[in-house]
Amino acid sequence: MALEDSLFSVSGLEVALPDMAAKPVFGRAPLIQILKGINLEITRGSVLGIVGGSGSGKSTLGRALLRLLEPTGGTIRFDGQDITHLNEDALRPIRRRMQMIFQDPMSSLNPRRRVGAIIADPLLMHEFDAIDARVDDALDHVGLPRGFKSRYPHELSGGQRQRVGIARAIALKPEFILADEIVSGLDVSSQAQVLNVLDNLVKELGLTLAFISHDLSVIRRLCDRVMVLNRGEIAEFANTDRLFAAPQSAYTRELMDAIPLPDPNQANW
Amino acid sequence: MSAFLTVDNLSASIRGNIRQRVLRSVSFSIDTGEVLGLVGESGAGKSMIGKAILGILPSAVEVVEGEIQLDGHNLMAMKQADRRRLIGATAALIPQDPLTALNPSRRIEPQITNRLVDILGWSKRDARLRALELLDEVHIDNPERVMGSYPHELSGGMRQRVLIASAFAANPKLVVADEPTTALDVTVQKQILRLIRELQTRHETAMVFVTHDLGVVSKVCQRLSVLYGGMVVESSDVPAFFGGPGHAYSRALLAATPKYTDPEASLLPVDEAVIAQVSGEVLAADEGWRHGA
Repeated sequence: MALEDSLFSVSGLEVALPDMAAKPVFGRAPLIQILKGINLEITRGSVLGIVGGSGSGKSTLGRALLRLLEPTGGTIRFDGQDITHLNEDALRPIRRRMQMIFQDPMSSLNPRRRVGAIIADPLLMHEFDAIDARVDDALDHVGLPRGFKSRYPHELSGGQRQRVGIARAIALKPEFILADEIVSGLDVSSQAQVLNVLDNLVKELGLTLAFISHDLSVIRRLCDRVMVLNRGEIAEFANTDRLFAAPQSAYTRELMDAIPLPDPNQANW
Repeated sequence: MSAFLTVDNLSASIRGNIRQRVLRSVSFSIDTGEVLGLVGESGAGKSMIGKAILGILPSAVEVVEGEIQLDGHNLMAMKQADRRRLIGATAALIPQDPLTALNPSRRIEPQITNRLVDILGWSKRDARLRALELLDEVHIDNPERVMGSYPHELSGGMRQRVLIASAFAANPKLVVADEPTTALDVTVQKQILRLIRELQTRHETAMVFVTHDLGVVSKVCQRLSVLYGGMVVESSDVPAFFGGPGHAYSRALLAATPKYTDPEASLLPVDEAVIAQVSGEVLAADEGWRHGA
């Protein structure tokens, strides 16, 4: 049963991917079950944090939501529509409405194109009008000068590049944005800037955001609800305040304890 | 007792352009068994210092002033071959990215033992025994199997363990750790930091720990130097620093550091005024340096 204001409604989601390390010379690689029955509602306008260690399936979950991967079981509803097994043609109009920001801006921005063209390309592809105005608007939103349109990615700092990635995503006026570890590669000071930009955009544009991170500090700062994933299963799913006040699962506590706080007297270290 | 490693007034510049300094009169010293954190944002020159100590600066950069004393030897006054022999026998590096630091087409065993055999003249048998002992010491359950594996068959944490084992193989007296846990997730990071601390304490190794994460510094270092623009902005004991840093830039860096326990006082962007102040100090240092030089 989907809630009235639910943008994503996921039930019993399973994803299995071929294990290329165990692939025999001839024949198919055996499948590994990555996600084992995930149930999830993402309400419109909310910010969902997805945390877990490496291999927990957090990126796979994100990619399945955007239908970059096809689930092997369960259903995904986006705005009421079942998109679990839609083909590429049927997905195309929906793709505009869900955008992604990637971890490494250096490899997700074409080094041979200028910032203006990088932001304009998806707009052209989706046949928008008034492209220039939309590019300017997107740059304004992420706090970059319009003059940056003529720059190449290598001329920008890491934090600025990541803001270009955000500008490209929001230019399409999507309803949903998936941000996959977008601040892990940045310095602490640029991290703070990028998170501020994202935080403001969510409020200004009424975006729904799923924010994947291994860093609970960043999650706490930004998210309303937090899903903790462990080996493809939900270890804990709670409101951010509740999760940090009283973590229920042992795995959540383990993750929290593992974060090195800037305090020489932190317990359990 | 004099310090095991002393870096004194070290400046490095872009080759052929002495005025364009990447390290600006850096000084610090480390005693045997002590860990010094070098902290700063990307481009602050923290890795460059580690490279200067190990004599592996990129070819575009050269040391233009200052001295490095390692175990009583002035590195700058030594012949290249002697210097390399001394560094090779005394110091080791734990690199940042375990995947690029290991040769993907060779098994683990020769990647640990080669240095012992080729540079230190050990027999292959001794080197192999030492490698097994080391893998055991870094808590790898099945050393025999790992020795015969290729890097891609190991997880990120395992690879980093192999590199730590390899760094400690020849009983170095100095280890330069260059962001050794940045590529790892938090639970693995904790294990690896504990491991580094354990080995460092047991072998009384002097250590330079390069990182951008003040949280990590507070766990492994006794002292730290904060860098900006290749210049040491502040040097302090760890407990005193985390009690309240002296320099405005250090305070800003600490306030930008994530603390999930205190969301209000963390992840704050560094103020423009603070950047202006510290950039001004860098410029002033350059002015003074040109007049002195």
